[in-house]
Amino acid sequence: MHSQQEYVLRTVEERGIRFVQLWFTDVLGTPKTFSITPAELENALEEGMTFDGSAIDGFSRVQESDVLARPDPKTFQILPWHAAEVPVARVFCDLFNLDGTPFEGCPRHVLRRTLDRARERGFTFFVAPEIEYFYFADADPSKTPTGLDSGTYFELTTGDVADEIRRQSVLTLEEMGIPVEHAQHEDAPSQHEIDLRYTDALTMADTVMSVRLVVKEMARRHGVHASFMPKPLAGVQGSGMHTHMSLFEGDTNAFFDAGDPSQLSPVARQFVAGLLHHASEITAVTNQWVNSYKRLVAGYEAPVHVSWARNNRSALVRVPVVKRGKAESTRVELRSPDSACNPYLAFAVILAAGMAGIEHDYELPAETTTNLYQLTPEELAADGVRPLPSSLIDAVTEMERSELVADTLGEHVFEWFVRNKRAEWAAYKTHVSQFELDRYLPVL
Amino acid sequence: MTTVTSAPSAPVLCYPDPLPPELASAIDRAGYPWRAVDRPHAAATDEPEDGWAGAMVSAVDDAQQAFALCRALRARDVPLRPLLLVVRPDQLGDLALRDDLFDDFCIAPAHPDEVATRLAHLFVRTGRGLRPELIEHGPLLLNLETYQAAVAGRPLDLTFMEYELLRFLAARPGKVFTRETLLSRVWGYEYYGGARTVDVHVRRLRAKLGEEHAHLIETVRSVGYRFGSLG
Repeated sequence: MHSQQEYVLRTVEERGIRFVQLWFTDVLGTPKTFSITPAELENALEEGMTFDGSAIDGFSRVQESDVLARPDPKTFQILPWHAAEVPVARVFCDLFNLDGTPFEGCPRHVLRRTLDRARERGFTFFVAPEIEYFYFADADPSKTPTGLDSGTYFELTTGDVADEIRRQSVLTLEEMGIPVEHAQHEDAPSQHEIDLRYTDALTMADTVMSVRLVVKEMARRHGVHASFMPKPLAGVQGSGMHTHMSLFEGDTNAFFDAGDPSQLSPVARQFVAGLLHHASEITAVTNQWVNSYKRLVAGYEAPVHVSWARNNRSALVRVPVVKRGKAESTRVELRSPDSACNPYLAFAVILAAGMAGIEHDYELPAETTTNLYQLTPEELAADGVRPLPSSLIDAVTEMERSELVADTLGEHVFEWFVRNKRAEWAAYKTHVSQFELDRYLPVL
Repeated sequence: MTTVTSAPSAPVLCYPDPLPPELASAIDRAGYPWRAVDRPHAAATDEPEDGWAGAMVSAVDDAQQAFALCRALRARDVPLRPLLLVVRPDQLGDLALRDDLFDDFCIAPAHPDEVATRLAHLFVRTGRGLRPELIEHGPLLLNLETYQAAVAGRPLDLTFMEYELLRFLAARPGKVFTRETLLSRVWGYEYYGGARTVDVHVRRLRAKLGEEHAHLIETVRSVGYRFGSLG
């Protein structure tokens, strides 16, 4: 531990770092930061920095508003886009109460606790998300969002400013040590995707925060707005964060079983069964905005029903077919999360759902082989296929009943989250939309 | 070709054998190779080919033998320097008139950090700094004093564990290490990612080294990793 701190302090000195940004995340996944000078850094590393948490979403408590931000020296990183004359570094923080106990509202802590539970059972959790987002000409919400291009899936466009920004984002991420599996133009005009190489879930949650920031920052430099809003444009696909995941026992992929005809181990089957069983309860966390549910509709490659399949993109959980000899890349893909989730909390509830499947030996239902979008509600019901929550309020109601989510998030985050989301829904309900005016005003 | 500037060469002679644990941990912490001897005579018979780098002698258990050893080391054609003596508080009086036998001393029980610091200071003062300062391998330069790494003159912004992994590999070029070995030697403790963590860090290091230099860390299929075998 000590030498990690020394490494950070020495690097700050050698590289002439002028500011160190302390990064943390509120309950809704909004990045928060405050900067300190190198002179304060040693103290920050030793004792943490006290700040008033009461202004931050999900941090406020009745009695005590001060919390302690303690930098995690492992995450120290120079930010490559800052001018060489004024180098700036960042470090992620864990939040503590003044008495030194982990702060209940800290999303990093929620995930760490969930990972520890899995580790007690011998598992480490690896994730690899695919982050989709849009570039728009500007961020003015009073104007209809205008894309930068009219490209489509995998389209090779030339001299395109959006592609240039995406390329710079990927290069910046690589410089920060975030390997990108690939980046591509997505289905919708001006929609792009960055696929990250798998890593442990805590590092990946930090990474998702970094990716969103880098993508937005690179766009801003070109006078463009990047948005991770789940469904910014009606009529085209929304932005998901399909998340590939696997459990490892030591060096072995616990999802792989050479003896099984589908090469899926019992652990993998139980894990998927857990994801399906608890899918409705965790949706409020993986899809946390009113707008998230405009993405989860039929016809746009987003999941609408609780189902799994090997090769069926309408399924909630997809088990990609693994190339021969690539046993270690056996994984499952959850297709519901969107790019605007809080990655710490999302990875935590996803893992908890899967682990519950293993712990209680859930039975995996039959694979879905038909295109679920084409079935009628009656046919679906006959097949026992349940729908995912179709609105934020449905999702929150499901979540409120969930022991699993309450236990995973902890009482503080759980209670605050439900209250905050009910308030968001209440505000939304009072809104009269353009859809209603267009449809009703002329005729009613 | 990897150059390790002022690499740890000869071991430090230590007395007695076995060396008390706090002294062993102190000299390990200071980063010097060492070899313990159990009697003054062994200083000559056990001497490595390239000689002793210095000595740390404890007079705590057997003062007579310890002083005899110091005298023997100082009576050589080229007196052995530096020599750190460890004594009990009640032995301080014995140091009078023996000034020529040692370069510095510590009071036992000594804090390992104090012993390490005194040793390091003695080695610097006698111009025999032993710690490797720089590792150079082709375009890669690691400064172990300042924790800075550069490739082809471009500074690398590494996280601590990336730096530690690169340092470990670069100091042992051409050797193949399994993930488990790297995990236990570099991380040294159970880590969230298990052995897969090593893959993740190697990938991040390669990303930072850049395409041109990514090959410095080579994957040895179904075994592990090797640094700079082409160098």
